[in-house]
Amino acid sequence: MATTTPAKASINDKTIVAKPSGFLSDMFVIAGRAIKSIPREPEVFIPALFIPAFFFIVNIGALQDVTESIPGDGSFSYKAFQMPTAIIFAVTGISRANGLVTDISTGYFDRLLLTPTKRLPLLLGLMVADFLLVILLCLPVVALGLALGVHFESGILGIFAFVLLGGLWGLAFTGFPYSIALKTGSAAAVGSSFLLFFPFAFLTSSTIPLDLLTGWLRTIAKFNPLTYILEGMRSLVTEGWDWTAIWQALAAIAIVGGFSQFLSLMALRGRIKRN
Amino acid sequence: MTNAITANQLARSFGDVKAVTGVDLEVKEGEIYGFLGPNGAGKSTVVRMLTTLLSPTSGSAQILGMDVVKQANDVRLQIGVALQEASLDKKQTGREILTLQGRLYGLNKKQIEKRIAEVSHVIDSDAIDRKIGTYSGGMERRLDLAASIMHNPKLLFLDEPTTGLDPQSRASVWEEVRRLNTDLGTTIFLTTQYLEEADELSDRVGIMNKGALVAEGSPTDLKKSVGSDVIQVKIDQQTDAAKALLSELSSVEKVESGPKGLLISVNNGAAAVSSIAVALNDAQINVQELTLRTPTLDDVFLDLTGDRIEVL
Repeated sequence: MATTTPAKASINDKTIVAKPSGFLSDMFVIAGRAIKSIPREPEVFIPALFIPAFFFIVNIGALQDVTESIPGDGSFSYKAFQMPTAIIFAVTGISRANGLVTDISTGYFDRLLLTPTKRLPLLLGLMVADFLLVILLCLPVVALGLALGVHFESGILGIFAFVLLGGLWGLAFTGFPYSIALKTGSAAAVGSSFLLFFPFAFLTSSTIPLDLLTGWLRTIAKFNPLTYILEGMRSLVTEGWDWTAIWQALAAIAIVGGFSQFLSLMALRGRIKRN
Repeated sequence: MTNAITANQLARSFGDVKAVTGVDLEVKEGEIYGFLGPNGAGKSTVVRMLTTLLSPTSGSAQILGMDVVKQANDVRLQIGVALQEASLDKKQTGREILTLQGRLYGLNKKQIEKRIAEVSHVIDSDAIDRKIGTYSGGMERRLDLAASIMHNPKLLFLDEPTTGLDPQSRASVWEEVRRLNTDLGTTIFLTTQYLEEADELSDRVGIMNKGALVAEGSPTDLKKSVGSDVIQVKIDQQTDAAKALLSELSSVEKVESGPKGLLISVNNGAAAVSSIAVALNDAQINVQELTLRTPTLDDVFLDLTGDRIEVL
């Protein structure tokens, strides 16, 4: 180890004492730490940058001709149809849950619990950072789509709304990995939380329009909240401002998010109690 | 003087396992209290209850007059804690850890900068802007200590702060503990399994064994309770015979078997040595080594529990 002789102790300013810093301050302090750690852990976001772009391009290559040759009014664009799917794949499961597992295993989470901060900001702060990250992850996919000729019928504001819906979905899903992280303290278990996304992702209109799905799959897809999120996002690309589709997407996000975040809050409560 | 810590029949079970079975504690403000015991004695569990990390199964505890369960957040404002393992985020720098700690304790930017300057003597000065992943174990522990005092706590809990540290780092932690107590009047609750550490630093010592507090007092008083001196005799055979023989000598108060021989408590070591040596020689018991020393806290522990904290 480095063997530097400790410097002489200075006189402490005893007027500096602890005081409660407030809910929002605590939340943004935790968020700040999580945001700072993002570029230090490129392994978290680099796959999320490339995998959706890969599927976007491969799906277009495989299915564009087939889907666009189906008789209709001739306005169907598979690239526009695929963009929301690529976004959803980019943002789902992206969270600081593995960082939380590390904090639990190293005891740093205990250090945070020993501070006078309220417990909820410890989780919400991470989610603020997640939201920022998923928004950032949406941007390259949108840029790729625009470069491939996708046109947003809802204009520039529609692009913002599109990214926002993607970001909100990403945030809604984070409750699952966080609840697993808090419950198990296991990075492997957190990694497997992406499996929860599979039924959401494939029992829906992610690759083929809803009308073209076979009977049983179409029935399931109608009960899958992701269907409404995809349709709401697609409407911004292909139709403009279809408020019914947008509200349905927001409601679906609220339902999934409400459920997943309820689980994460229960897990946080359990973790604190278990301590 | 008021109590910094009061615990009444504090107990904690994990399922069927009773980790702490009902501890009564009174630690005065300004005191350094050493909490001594072997691994698994329940020391850390008591610390976790006193620092609000763990709810007691039964009993109660007050920190500076505040209940650890009902007023947990108020308690957290007044205490600093360095847990058994240096609990740090290795991807952050030392300065980032201290800044974050300051922010969570409600300090503003100026106060944080001032406090970092004040606590930086605990850490290697050239390390504060380096990632913690590059720190040695000793540096991590000292940063952990610095983080725990960022907000000038009135009461500092140090859970085995020097376990695994090299002598230089250990000396540095001891020096800071003394400075905090002497210069700032900080009350310190220190758990340790190092007898020398408890002896060196503590005003009073509590000895834990199997979840219970088995003795309490100043190190000097506790050691006096064993006897004025201890004679340690190393023999390779006839241990029981030697024990029986020595127990009958008038100069001997008590004879106990340790892992490496017999420990004989006597009032006047210098006077008793010769009679013990002669008695063993007459009985043709081969003595390999005979040492006269003053009692240690380990002797106290042996006296109380029949076991040792540290192997001789």
